[in-house]
Amino acid sequence: MMRCQRICRLLLGTALLTLSLTTSQTWAQSDAGPFASTYTPLQGPAVVIRNARILTGTGEQMDNADILLRDGRIIELGTGLEVDADVIEIDARERWVTPGIIDIHSHLGVYPSPGTVSHADGNEITSPSTPEVWAEHSVWPQDPGFEAARAGGITSMLALPGSANLFGGRAVALKNVPATTYQGMKFPGAPHGLKMACGENPKRVYGGKSTAPMTRMGNVAGYRAQWIKAAAYKDKWDKYHAQDDQDAEQPQRDLAMETLAGVLNGDILIHMHCYRADEMATILDLAKEFDYQVTAFHHAVEAYKIAGLLAEQGVCAAMWADWWGFKMEAYDGIQENIALVDRPDGGCAIVHSDSAEGIQRLNQEAAKAMARGNRAGLDITPAEAIKWITANPAEAMGIGAQTGTLEAGKMADVVVWNGNPFSVYALADQVYVDGALVYDRSDAAHQAISDFMLGQQPAAGE
Amino acid sequence: MRYFLIISLATMLAASALAQPVLIRGATVHTALERQPLQNTDVLLNNGKIAAVGESLRAPDNARIIEAGGRALTPGLFAGITGLGIEEVSLEEDTVDNSVALTNELGMMRPEFDVTLAFNPLSAVLDANRAEGITWTLLGANVVQSGGLIGGQGAAVSLGHGFSPVLEGSRSLFVNLGADAAQFSGTSRAAQYMLIEQAIREAGSAPRNIEFERRMLTLTGRGILARYLKDGRWIVDVDRASDILQLLRLADKHDLQLVILGGSEAWRVATQLSEAKVPVILNALDNLPGSFDQLGARLDNAALLSEAGVRIAFTGGGTHNARKIRQIAGNAVAHGLDWYIALRAITRSPAIMLGLADNTGGIRAGFRADVVLWSGDPLEVTSYAENVWIAGRPVNMDTRQQQLLERYLPENPDTPRHYIK
Repeated sequence: MMRCQRICRLLLGTALLTLSLTTSQTWAQSDAGPFASTYTPLQGPAVVIRNARILTGTGEQMDNADILLRDGRIIELGTGLEVDADVIEIDARERWVTPGIIDIHSHLGVYPSPGTVSHADGNEITSPSTPEVWAEHSVWPQDPGFEAARAGGITSMLALPGSANLFGGRAVALKNVPATTYQGMKFPGAPHGLKMACGENPKRVYGGKSTAPMTRMGNVAGYRAQWIKAAAYKDKWDKYHAQDDQDAEQPQRDLAMETLAGVLNGDILIHMHCYRADEMATILDLAKEFDYQVTAFHHAVEAYKIAGLLAEQGVCAAMWADWWGFKMEAYDGIQENIALVDRPDGGCAIVHSDSAEGIQRLNQEAAKAMARGNRAGLDITPAEAIKWITANPAEAMGIGAQTGTLEAGKMADVVVWNGNPFSVYALADQVYVDGALVYDRSDAAHQAISDFMLGQQPAAGE
Repeated sequence: MRYFLIISLATMLAASALAQPVLIRGATVHTALERQPLQNTDVLLNNGKIAAVGESLRAPDNARIIEAGGRALTPGLFAGITGLGIEEVSLEEDTVDNSVALTNELGMMRPEFDVTLAFNPLSAVLDANRAEGITWTLLGANVVQSGGLIGGQGAAVSLGHGFSPVLEGSRSLFVNLGADAAQFSGTSRAAQYMLIEQAIREAGSAPRNIEFERRMLTLTGRGILARYLKDGRWIVDVDRASDILQLLRLADKHDLQLVILGGSEAWRVATQLSEAKVPVILNALDNLPGSFDQLGARLDNAALLSEAGVRIAFTGGGTHNARKIRQIAGNAVAHGLDWYIALRAITRSPAIMLGLADNTGGIRAGFRADVVLWSGDPLEVTSYAENVWIAGRPVNMDTRQQQLLERYLPENPDTPRHYIK
């Protein structure tokens, strides 16, 4: 009964969201409107994983505990769970279990491997403002990087456009399952994101062609000009929907403005590439001016300098554990950044990859950040640090009600590790997405291979 | 000028002679020379060298004593190929010196370009990595941006030898082959061998004999390349198995001393590499088919090469994050490489590859006193360097990053943060 309540509430929430979207015309949610999700979970038998050390993603660590997965959902956690005879038993003694790992900043699919010119589809660098493009229309589902990430425990990710533009386009939440179409990967019920960018990249790309923006002040003027248009667009549609005249003429649709209006309606979440503390503060003021919420700053190399401000305003920071110095806006990067963002009450720290290599070992990135925090005296446990790559990115992607923690009723997105995931030596033994085994390190039958890689590697004993 | 050199050399020798001796007591010493670590062992650093390794060593009167309490002591780590000291902010051209774009003709090469001349020991980037246990690196002449197949010369440098960093014997010529370099060979990799053969012939000819031929080298460049043909190390960036085999043929023909860099598909030709005694410097995290030259990339490349008897070293952290080299080694272990070989791949093995076998990359009396004391397993991501010595001197741990941390760590400081320093 408990379980039903939970699931029913989830379903109800989804339905309401869908309803509100049909009036706002922003198609901001993955199973409504065009290009809707066709994701169907793989079917798998019920599984109980026993005697594991479980990090739940809620801040809890359970030792010697069991977790039961059935019909794609997490049913129960506890010790000595009694299960039906048909449930597959997995002994995870000496092993660790975590929620499926979530990367909130990925370019898999849009900048796939191999890095051919023909597949470089990640950034529409033709105008500083391209909110009309959708990353999903560039996703190549055959990117071998998806398989590599799955072997690292990645069950969901946000695929974003690149950062050359002030408004880069819509980001899409994906389930990391093998599929022939991206619709088959689209996370059901997930809202779209809008990728925006601060700082050097837009300046460099457009300023270099002597077009706006050439400066940071040009960047901000560029954002404001678009938000003014978006507010007017939204107003026009709101008025249209509010009046009773059946014969009133429907306003002209504008793809770019549809995305921005979706942000102003709260349907689309802002993911903003921004390194410097002072620029993040500028953007928070910008968001106030136009009455929208920044969901997360990405890269946020200087977030530690304004950790209190971010926590106060409920803004997450998605960060690297140790990247720094490759450009001026990354020059003040410190390895305690993540731990310091996590510190204040309400602090929301996320470890992201932005890298086809990094996404394969996000657990190690979290481990490095945790260790540096502890070295600075911040006393962070694995049970807390695991949130940086599970619950926190799930919340910031708007899928926190469905995944990101191991709680009854949630999607059974689960990783079984061969040891402590906060170790360089740890490997994912099994990865479950919606209760289905999508990766097994010791069973080739559960190691998918993309169409592209078929036949590319003759046997090692050639 | 010569006078100045003598003075600075004397100053340096004086500094190392005057450095306080250090006795590290009770460490678990990973010598990188023998497989088994030495338990509860003392190491004495004096006059820039490791003076003694053993049990219950007596400390000189003026020695600083460090109680290791069983923690791991390793040789100072090799960063791989980086721009430490020659690259401050990657996207700010004025601060980056690792390539030359002087060539004005397709195929023109400048082997006389020597990146080590740009080395700045005061770089904050170098400081940040040194505090993490990185004590030396190989400066590479960046081939791809330089406008030719030959990028120029680099060398191993110590991060603790001030303005005279080059470790003698390590100078190397950097070459790039394969798809990455096809833009410099008329778009075909086949032409790369043609161009290198032409350069080799030119280097070996008297100037007057090639007057009417299209020149690829300056007079100076000819002399330099001739030196590398006679007795010098060629570090060649190449990934595809077939390219590696072509390169082995070229090296055999001209009797070149070869090191493979990258080598994503090196595991496929491990036997040939082993027979030719050609080592490989690789990134153990390169498992994606980043290009069509790397379709065979895999996580156990290091393990397979090592099993076949190929000497390996690691690279891949880049300049700013050179400290990532430990994580790269640790991942290689997770994918089948022996732990001892992984440690050697960031200490002893690169020293042997780079002509520094005499005194670098190991803990033994007479070796360079470059050692690191770790908080835990040196290859583990949650461990960190607690003490680092180069030539017996403790390195600065109060880096720019540390100072930024200390400025922003207090939650409600009494003074404005800009006065915390």
